[in-house]
Amino acid sequence: MSDGKPQLGATAWAGQVLLYALFALLVGVFSNWPTYRHLAEGQSLIKLSFSHTGKPVSECHTQSAEQLAKLPPNMRAPVRCPRERSPIVVELDIDGTAVFRHTALPSGLAKDGAASVYHRFPIVSGSHRLVVRVNDDLRRTGFTHVREDSVTLSPAQILVIDFDPATQTITLQ
Amino acid sequence: MAQSDPLATHRHAPGRLRGLALNAWRVLEHRFDAVFGSACNPLRHLGALGFLMFWLLAISGIYLYAAIDTSATGAWHSIDSLSREQWWLGGVLRSLHRYAADAFFIVMLAHLLREWLFGHERGFRRFSWLTGIPLLIFASVSAIGGFWLNWDQLGQFSAVATAEWLDWLPIFGSPFTRNFIRGAAVSDRLFSLFVFVHLGMPLLLVFGLWFHIQRISRAAVFPPRPLALGTLAALLALALARPVMSQAAADLAIVPTALEYDWLLLAVHPLTYAISAGGVWMLLAGTLGLLLALPFLPGKGGTAPVAVVSPADCNGCRRCFDDCPYAAVTMISHPIRRMGRELAQVDPVLCASCGICTGACPSSTPFRSTATLTTGIDMPQAPIDALRGRLRRALAVMKAPQPIVVFGCDHGARVTSLATDDVAAFSLLCIGALPPAFVEYALRDGAAAVMVSGCRAGGCEFRLGQRWTEQRLAGTREPHVRASVPRERLVTVWADRGDEGALHAELDQLRMRVRTSSAPVRHV
Repeated sequence: MSDGKPQLGATAWAGQVLLYALFALLVGVFSNWPTYRHLAEGQSLIKLSFSHTGKPVSECHTQSAEQLAKLPPNMRAPVRCPRERSPIVVELDIDGTAVFRHTALPSGLAKDGAASVYHRFPIVSGSHRLVVRVNDDLRRTGFTHVREDSVTLSPAQILVIDFDPATQTITLQ
Repeated sequence: MAQSDPLATHRHAPGRLRGLALNAWRVLEHRFDAVFGSACNPLRHLGALGFLMFWLLAISGIYLYAAIDTSATGAWHSIDSLSREQWWLGGVLRSLHRYAADAFFIVMLAHLLREWLFGHERGFRRFSWLTGIPLLIFASVSAIGGFWLNWDQLGQFSAVATAEWLDWLPIFGSPFTRNFIRGAAVSDRLFSLFVFVHLGMPLLLVFGLWFHIQRISRAAVFPPRPLALGTLAALLALALARPVMSQAAADLAIVPTALEYDWLLLAVHPLTYAISAGGVWMLLAGTLGLLLALPFLPGKGGTAPVAVVSPADCNGCRRCFDDCPYAAVTMISHPIRRMGRELAQVDPVLCASCGICTGACPSSTPFRSTATLTTGIDMPQAPIDALRGRLRRALAVMKAPQPIVVFGCDHGARVTSLATDDVAAFSLLCIGALPPAFVEYALRDGAAAVMVSGCRAGGCEFRLGQRWTEQRLAGTREPHVRASVPRERLVTVWADRGDEGALHAELDQLRMRVRTSSAPVRHV
């Protein structure tokens, strides 16, 4: 029971100091400790990350004069190409072992956007043999792009596997 | 002679688990009372402490915003140099900013827990509960975004982890994580998004807080000064003892290792990697869904009766308007009195059914000679006339030469446990529902002394009942006990549920005092 008035003795004041200190300790400790280690020691990280627009799902075709005549004048393009893009098939082998295979679908309601892939592979640091295969054309069997390379990863290093649309090549950075 | 109120069926009764947790919380609160005094007990001011942290964050944040170079290449250096080259001001403010954010999170969660334990998610408090839940999100997003602005390795880890977590949702055409795939990808434009997140969310928080306290009059947006100073001193001491320093500058070519980690604000990232992004989304959605559903789950605590205004007895004095803790009373033009007079009007949605308005009404005086005591504003489940009638009957049948009348509160220490041959105990909806004139009335009607008991300071179930009663009895608030009432025959005891032992001890002391004083002796 208490009347709420601060008629506090020395013990209470000491208790206040202690409780304020405990509060500060709680804040101070858990805002810094324990240390968080995202990757185990001696590990590196491979990030496979694409955002790539595949090839059209079919060939463009030339429209006949009759077909063009049926269209409004502003839509009479002699060559018509499909909007829909191919899904992108990605495979990754590390040291001869297939670790990832994924088919990324094109984005957008008309499926005419880029297909995206993002995946992380924590891996023991050191030398590794990577094989990356990409097929961005539905009309072709096999893979349209292949990159084979050996990489040496230092601890905590991030290796990014990407696709450069300008050079149309798979990049390892 | 116990005179409890059997009609208050709307009150919330906690389940077994919650009841146990509530008892444990009360024990803790009472221990803190012994140290801080109940009026300055931090556990009774968690909401106000949250506001204090928010003010602290805002003030230190304005300074930091002026100091930071809001570019991807300049942010780390500008903040790091602030801590190293201007530690005595910029460094301290930076540390205070961070520690206040940690403390904000702690008091916010403690506030949520306390309100739930006390069953405050239901009834008229449902609005405050529901508007409080989004604040958790706003505060969390803003806090996490704050780490990105440092653009050190901790900020880098948090930004990448957040992006990977967000990418689980199919909301971005291209993975958001690609913004952090290499150093050059982090542009100043992306950095302005960080700034927007860290500053935009607090604006939403302010807006949300405004809603959160909308149905509370005299909302405590600042804790009692001793508590505010003590908390500030604790955080300042922490900021000086362990200043917050930037970790190494962000480098997207490496995974940050061995981070000095803020587990209070960033626990979501390790959790995401420990279970999965989808798992954390499910957990978050489930927790928020449960919190939002709590007020609607079946349980005791239905609609409470609403205060009723009697136009014939309301003189428009505005005391109920001033004293209502939940802004449920407004004043309108009086329909039957002369122009310019006002009439109280109760908003049934806002009414807490506490009866504090009845205690504030000058027409509630029991000295009025009407056979049936009608007052300006009254509670249907506990009319003031019934209290007068019960008091009269109790004093009439008591045979003790020096009877004592005890007025208590349904939410504080159980006064009904005091009832004996010489004690008539009346438990009210809230002690604030007691019109002060009842003290004098009881003394004139044969009581040798009157004890008034309610929750401890700062612990009133209806926020202001204890404070108003204390002021009314001290003569500093209207309506008040008249100066002619002998104060030695009136005692106030502020005691929570569970303090019944202390209540008995106070009563024994009062008995002794009455026996040795000049209090009149009845000859029945």
